[in-house]
Amino acid sequence: MGGGCVNGGDFAHDASHDPILEARELVKRFGDFTAVKSVSFVIQRGESFGFLGPNGAGKTSTMRMISAVSQPTSGELSIFGLDPRSSGPAIRGRLGVVPQEDTLELELSVRLNLEMFGRYFDLPRATLRERAAELLDFAQLTERANDRVDDLSGGLRRRLTIARALINRPEILILDEPTTGLDPQARHLLWERLYRLKREGVTLIITTHYMDEAEQLCDRLVVMDHGTIVAEGAPRDLITRHSTREVVELRFNTTDHGDLHGDLEPFARRVEVLPDRVLLYVDDGDDALRDVHAAGVSPASALVRRSSLEDVFLRLTGRTLVD
Amino acid sequence: MATSVEPRLGWPRWRRSWWFHATYYAQTWRGTVASTVLFPIFYLAALGVGVGHLVTAHSGLIDGQTYLHFIAPSLLATTTMQLGEGESLWPVLASVRWIRSYHAAAATPLEPEDILAGKLSWVATRALATGVLYTAIIAVSGALQSWWSLTLPLVGTLVALAFAAPLTAFAAGAQSDASFTAIYRFAIVPMFLFSATFYPVSAYPGYLRPVVQFVPLYHGVALARTAAYGHGSLASTAGHVIVLGAMSVLGVLWGRRRLRRRLIG
Repeated sequence: MGGGCVNGGDFAHDASHDPILEARELVKRFGDFTAVKSVSFVIQRGESFGFLGPNGAGKTSTMRMISAVSQPTSGELSIFGLDPRSSGPAIRGRLGVVPQEDTLELELSVRLNLEMFGRYFDLPRATLRERAAELLDFAQLTERANDRVDDLSGGLRRRLTIARALINRPEILILDEPTTGLDPQARHLLWERLYRLKREGVTLIITTHYMDEAEQLCDRLVVMDHGTIVAEGAPRDLITRHSTREVVELRFNTTDHGDLHGDLEPFARRVEVLPDRVLLYVDDGDDALRDVHAAGVSPASALVRRSSLEDVFLRLTGRTLVD
Repeated sequence: MATSVEPRLGWPRWRRSWWFHATYYAQTWRGTVASTVLFPIFYLAALGVGVGHLVTAHSGLIDGQTYLHFIAPSLLATTTMQLGEGESLWPVLASVRWIRSYHAAAATPLEPEDILAGKLSWVATRALATGVLYTAIIAVSGALQSWWSLTLPLVGTLVALAFAAPLTAFAAGAQSDASFTAIYRFAIVPMFLFSATFYPVSAYPGYLRPVVQFVPLYHGVALARTAAYGHGSLASTAGHVIVLGAMSVLGVLWGRRRLRRRLIG
C-alpha cells in the first residue's frame, strides 16, 4: 500500500507509486453553471486523500464523479484503471460511498439496513449475515441491531451509514462531509474507525470543510474553491508553504478592525483582518505579541497558536472556510 | 480486506432492486391490507350486495349480469389502479428526495434503469398477487363465467403498470408533493367514480360516451369485464390492451429519463 505522508513528502516520488484513481481536467457543468472547472489529481492505493473547501466549492460534484455516479462533462477519469463511462457498475461494486446526508431506511432495523444494502452487490444471504455481524461490531451497534433506525441518534446513524458502505468490502471508501453535524465525541470515534480502515489498506477519499478533520485524517489533500483546485499537498507541507509557523490572533474593542491594519503591519510578515479579529502571521508568536505590547498597542484579547489549514485557505482565497 | 473474492448470486441487477422492495414490504405489509384487501371487499359487500339488491329489483340485469357480478371486475381494476398510484407518487418522491433510497442504490452497481425496473416489477408482483386474491374472491361470489377470467390477474397487473409507470416518472422529477394531492383528488378519485365502474357506459348521454373512453381507467374496467365474462370484440379488447400498454411503455421511457436526470445528472 501507499503508506502515509504524515511527515510530509511528495507522493509522486513515493517508491510505492500505485495510482488507484486518476482524474485529468475534470469538468462538471449543470446547464450554464460550471460546478467543477478542470480539476486534476491522482490518488494512490492505501492513501487517505482529502478535498477541503467551503460549501459550494465543487467538492460534492467531484465526489459524485469519482463515485462513478455522475459522468464528467469533459475530462479523463480512471478508477481501478477502468473508465466509469463504460464500467460504472463494475467500479461501483468495488467502492463504498458515505453520502453527505444519511440515506438509511428509517422504518427498518439496523441489521436489515445492512443486509438489504448488501443485496445490491449481489451477495448471498449467508455472507450478508456474517458481514452484518462483523460491521455491527465495527460500528459498535451490535446492541442496537434490532432497533429501528428511526430511534437512533445522529451519531449512531452516521456510523451505520459508514458500516453500510463497507458491506461490499470496498477498496476505496468515499466520504462526503462524514462528521458534519456530529458532536466532538462522535467525531473522534468516527475518526478512530476511519484510521482502522486505513490501516487495513482501504483507500479513503474525504471531503470536509473542517480543517482539523482534514489535518487529522488526510495524508494529502487538495484545497478547492469555486470549482478549482487552488493548492495540493500534505497538510503540514501546505501550511509550511503558504503560512508562517505561528499566528497571533488579536481582538480589539472596536467596530472596525480594518483601521488597525497599518498599525500592526510592522510586527508581522503578513496581517489579515477579519470582521471580529486581526491575524498576525509570524515566526514566533510570543515575541511578536511582546513587541505589540511594547509598542503601546493594547488588544482586548490575544491568542498565540500554530498555523493551520484554515490559514492556508484564508491565504489562498481571501476567505474563511466556514461561513 | 481489499482483495477478497466476492461470492455472487448471479442475479441480474434489476432483480436486486426488486428484492429490496420485496424485503421492505415483508417488514411493512400490515398497513397495506386495509386498502388493497378489505376496502374492495367492503365495496363489493356494500354495493354489490346492498345496492345491487335495489338495482336488480328495479332494473333487472345489467349487460346480462347481476349488479354484484357487474361491479366485481371493475373493482379489480380500480384497486390495481390505486395500488399503482399508491406505490408510485409519495414512495418514489421519498426515494429520490426525502429518504433518498434511490440515491443510495445508485451508488451501488445498480443503474437508474435497474432501479426503475426493480420498482415496476415489484408493483407488478403486488398487482398480480392482488389480482389472484381478487379473482378468488370473485370466483367465490360466483361472478366468474369463463376460462378467460383466469386472465384477470394479468389485467390487474397491466392496469397497475399503466398507472405506476407514468406516475413514477412524474414523481421521480417532482420537486415536492404539492401536486400529488391534486392528482389524487382530480384524477384518481374521479376515474374511480366515473369510468363506468358502477354503471354501464350506456348510462351516460350519447355525447359523453366518447369522453369516457378517453379516461384511462375506463379501458382497465372494460378489459376486466371482458376477461370476467369471456365476451367482447377482438377489436375493442385489443384497443383496451393497447391503451394500457402504451401508458406503461411511455411511462417507462419517461421514467428512465427523469430518474437518470435525478440520480446521475
